[in-house]
Amino acid sequence: MSFISKPRVGHPALQRNELGLRQRDYEGTISTLCAGCGHDSISAALIQTFFELNIEPYRVAKISGIGCSSKTPAYFLSQSHAFNSVHGRMPSVTMGANAANCSMIFVGISGDGDSLSIGMGQFCHAIRRNLNMAYIIENNGVYGLTKGQFSATADIGSTAKKGEVNNQKPIDAALTAINQGAGYVARGFSGDKEHLVPLLKGALRHKGMALVDIISPCVTFNDHQGSTKSYAHTREHFHQLEQTDFVAPAEEITVSNEGRDLTPVTLHDGSRILLRNVKNGYDPRDQAAAFAYLKNCQLRGEIPTGLLFIDENSIDFHERNNTIETPLIDLAHEDICPGADALADMLGGYR
Amino acid sequence: MGPVDTKNPDYYHKVVDCQWACPAHTDVPGYIRLIAQGRFDDAYMLNRESNVFPGILGRVCDRPCESACRRGRIEEKPVAICRLKRVAADLRDDISDRLPTAPKQKNGKKIALIGAGCASLTVANDLLPMGYEVVIFEKFDTTGGLMRTNIPTFRLPPKVLDEEINMIVDMGADLRLGHDISSMKDLLDEDFDAVFVGSGAPRGRNLEVPGRYDSDRIYIGIDWLESVAFEHIDSIGENVVIVGGGNTAMDCCRTSLRLGGKRVMVTARKPRHLLKASDWELEDAEEEQIELLLNHAPLRMIVENGKLTGMEFARVEWHEDENGRLQSTELGRVILPCDDVILAVGQENAFSFMERDIGIEFDQWDVPLVDPVTFQSTRAGVFFGGDAAFGPKNIIWAVAHGHQAAISIHKYCHGEDMTERLPDQVTMESTKMGMHEWSYSNDYDTGARRLVPHVSLKERFKKLDIEVELGFTADQAIAEVERCLNCDIQTEFVAKRCIECDACIDICPVDCLTMTADGPEAELRTRLSAPSTNLEQALFVSEALPQTGRAMVKDEDLCIHCGLCAERCPTAAWDMQKSLITIPQAADQPVCQKQRRSA
Repeated sequence: MSFISKPRVGHPALQRNELGLRQRDYEGTISTLCAGCGHDSISAALIQTFFELNIEPYRVAKISGIGCSSKTPAYFLSQSHAFNSVHGRMPSVTMGANAANCSMIFVGISGDGDSLSIGMGQFCHAIRRNLNMAYIIENNGVYGLTKGQFSATADIGSTAKKGEVNNQKPIDAALTAINQGAGYVARGFSGDKEHLVPLLKGALRHKGMALVDIISPCVTFNDHQGSTKSYAHTREHFHQLEQTDFVAPAEEITVSNEGRDLTPVTLHDGSRILLRNVKNGYDPRDQAAAFAYLKNCQLRGEIPTGLLFIDENSIDFHERNNTIETPLIDLAHEDICPGADALADMLGGYR
Repeated sequence: MGPVDTKNPDYYHKVVDCQWACPAHTDVPGYIRLIAQGRFDDAYMLNRESNVFPGILGRVCDRPCESACRRGRIEEKPVAICRLKRVAADLRDDISDRLPTAPKQKNGKKIALIGAGCASLTVANDLLPMGYEVVIFEKFDTTGGLMRTNIPTFRLPPKVLDEEINMIVDMGADLRLGHDISSMKDLLDEDFDAVFVGSGAPRGRNLEVPGRYDSDRIYIGIDWLESVAFEHIDSIGENVVIVGGGNTAMDCCRTSLRLGGKRVMVTARKPRHLLKASDWELEDAEEEQIELLLNHAPLRMIVENGKLTGMEFARVEWHEDENGRLQSTELGRVILPCDDVILAVGQENAFSFMERDIGIEFDQWDVPLVDPVTFQSTRAGVFFGGDAAFGPKNIIWAVAHGHQAAISIHKYCHGEDMTERLPDQVTMESTKMGMHEWSYSNDYDTGARRLVPHVSLKERFKKLDIEVELGFTADQAIAEVERCLNCDIQTEFVAKRCIECDACIDICPVDCLTMTADGPEAELRTRLSAPSTNLEQALFVSEALPQTGRAMVKDEDLCIHCGLCAERCPTAAWDMQKSLITIPQAADQPVCQKQRRSA
């Protein structure tokens, strides 16, 4: 870790966003993760995402569990809300917060261990409830905090730092999420911010569960030959399914000569994601085809990245349960606690 | 634009903006770090190596380093380099045993230096320790040249001048004061192996306006300052008009205040941003309630019954014509009542002692033709330096000329080709001390530039020679040094170690790094993380990175050398390395001990 904090001084010519904030205003404290950790790049990508989407930091809640990944909310948006919860319990804490105040923007930060081992049940049920959140999995294939044991996403045949070979089948977060019916599933790579940022923007603007599985190499325990989650291996085996561009609601889509290849996907708030140069006619709106394609890639050891699946008509938890839009904190006391008589009335309705 | 060769000594030298801008290339970050460590003696000696007069320059240097300082681009105010230099000189102990000495055994070469100013003294400083016999001819009875005659004592006390000049003269120079060279020809007929002309630019420009010669109370600025320095003049009228907007005008107006001037007006034809005076000299004059009258073009002197009563000016307005040249329009006229007028409108060379048929050629402006590298004139063995060479510049330029001329004289005296000079060198040394520790203070200090304390406005006018600036205390100096960005601690990058994890790019506080495809420079500058508009600052472009073939590109412009890129680098592809630039001097030049072929 570094002994000095990142100097507050910045490049004088850098732009401010619509809120008058600089990108530096979206930073957190200096990272205490290993130098070169993919997670730090993801934090930087999130900083850029929030800055470019002109989101006020105080409207954001960052929720995490336990692990290297779950430390990272400290490293971005220091002026937002955060809850570092119990191992694997990030989804249920987010659920509670979201139920109480659905006007906030929820970002769950989790890792392959936190979500796909101890928190697997929570992960699946958060998807099932279609909780409105961006669910970020910082996926490095090892338990870094406990010195590099295989995690549930380690591929068969990949080796640990000392040479031990993994024989257990991996759980693929994206495949699982598509299978469970998540409305927005994407995969990115921490070493490729240019493509990661639009995926994160889409995830924040999607209403409902938006999962972004991000390959995030562990420089200390999983960046060696034999690892399938290293910088070198990922660069060699990942392919971009399509170029994704995020277009805010007010912006116009400029159709150039390559316009015929453009497929716009509309999100709930009117913003759109443009898919360009789509590989092999891949259609992220077709759940069964997407699942089949990804399964095949997995068997061949390929790592497709980009927007994997999107359900443009997803209905989130609040909509489905017809809950009140006003955050509970903004309700008058007599509305939220109507008194003994109202309770008796309601109970009477069940008799 | 392909990989950049950082082994080229100029590459990292340029990154050290202050050192690059300094004509004598003083290792600024090096000596100010020594100041912060309280090593004033070492700081002084490091300074002296390149600029010879740290105490003098620490007070009156033109400070090209400060206008180049990177800190000034980050937050406007540069590091107070000049005044830190003075601290090293003020607070040092006796360093006499560390000064160079001349050997008893001489090398048999005898050099004549004309003028005992900073250029000649620098030549003497470089040649005396090598065994040369040096004769300095000075027309006045004092050393120092314009440093003594033109810089008022309240800015540069004679004690400081004497001390640093004596360090050189005491090595054994044959100093002949009061010895005016009236004929260059006669001098050349003597048995000198080489002659160096460091006679300065001692003639003040005149201003031909009606009435110029009708009163004896109209002076030429540098002559007037000289008379004050030699105590021939010790008073002036209550109302004084100074004509000119340069540093000499500033010295004249402040001196006037100390000799009895009550209302002292400085008039300049141009608007403020076009004045030649340094910002700080303007500020110092304004602090003393000098009236600065801008856009005033001189018209005539008003002399009534043989007595100067005022001067008339045209008030003008400036605008650019279609060729981009400034043109003025007159708005009206104004008469400034005054008792004295001082003309400080520039100065020029004067070579009345130099015959025109001795092989030393002059151009149409009567400036000698001097080679900008060797400083040799068109006559072999005759060298020029300082203001005498290319017209009025400043002390630090004269020192730089002196060093280079000394190299030429040394080579000339040994019959070697003067154009074959040792190149500058750069040596790199890692500053890594531990996992994330460096042997320099890498944290960014947010402090504002410290102000040098001044003697109160009440006290300072009591005597002419009360030095106005008090200089930093040790504690103030240490605090000011922390503002230095340590630009000589370079970000050295090894492409083959990079795994392209983005850590350096994410952490860089000033967004000076980008990983992108290489391209032509102008186009590459459009693709960087932050706007790259300062074209004078270099781009570092690495070799192709192993995994993607992109290049690591760094815009040197605003790097604050905090070392975070190297701290966050998992593979030590980045390292913080101190670059030491070696500028060879005369003593470094190897020569064969053979005799000059022909005399």
